[in-house]
Amino acid sequence: MRYRPGQRVRVAARPHEGHHRTPGYVKGKICSVHRVHGPFTNPETRAYGMDGLPKQPLYLVGFAQHDVWPDYRGQGDDRIYVDLFEHWLEEAE
Amino acid sequence: MNEHDHDHDHSHTPITNGHEPAAAERARALERLLVEKGVIGREDVREGIDWLVSRSPADGARIVARAWVDPTFKQRLLANARGAALELGLDPGPSRVVVAVENTEAVHHMVVCTLCSCYPKALLGPPPDWYKSLPYRSRAVSDPRGVLSEFGVRLEDDVEVRVLDSTADIRYLVIPRRPAGCETMSEEELAALVTRDSMIGVAEPAAPAPVAS
Repeated sequence: MRYRPGQRVRVAARPHEGHHRTPGYVKGKICSVHRVHGPFTNPETRAYGMDGLPKQPLYLVGFAQHDVWPDYRGQGDDRIYVDLFEHWLEEAE
Repeated sequence: MNEHDHDHDHSHTPITNGHEPAAAERARALERLLVEKGVIGREDVREGIDWLVSRSPADGARIVARAWVDPTFKQRLLANARGAALELGLDPGPSRVVVAVENTEAVHHMVVCTLCSCYPKALLGPPPDWYKSLPYRSRAVSDPRGVLSEFGVRLEDDVEVRVLDSTADIRYLVIPRRPAGCETMSEEELAALVTRDSMIGVAEPAAPAPVAS
């Protein structure tokens, strides 16, 4: 597990051909690690009949809604949480 | 009454699903291919459907009602919802990790799957059609307060809204707030108040019936 709860990270902004489970609306956004779920098989290879190994650590990360949607209607503390695999996260400076 | 209610030797038009939606036709074609290639058997499909329709929100409601009456169970539920379901003899489903989140005076959670329709089927049964619809999936993340108000949930401005987008292997269950006026109800009576939608986070539990005087 490369990241720990509370740590600020950025979602990779890279495009990806084929099946992946990182929603476009969070790519490139800053978030913080809320929960570490542990290792899970990788859906990006499992989707094509492979075994999904090696497993990838999966995290629940949280974003401020105002960071994700610039014209968000709602109060400042509202948050959105997304489950993301470690290879989609980068250290945020 | 069929006008051909007599002995005859001509054929009738075969019974067909005349207007089967394209998605159903596609699913049927995929199933045929998977069976043909030996990836799954017909029995697997039948067993999967039987399992799904045997599940219902009553199981999730039992978990919530227990959490309302037993604070130590609630702690175990928040730490490990899969283990808590097993403790009650319930089937938490194939997900290795099930997470329960608690709604309070200060925080309101709701669950969505923007990428498809991931849902805690083992504990809530088949997902409602709206949960799988594009409008819910897109608007739940970008305008949760608008969606909640359309479902009839009125939140104070200072309540923090937390949306959970279940994009991977984890399944989320919302523990709604226990309604006022049900202090004397039994655990079983409480479970009857816990609706499916309240465990998705788009509704409050049902209000208890007023006590007859």
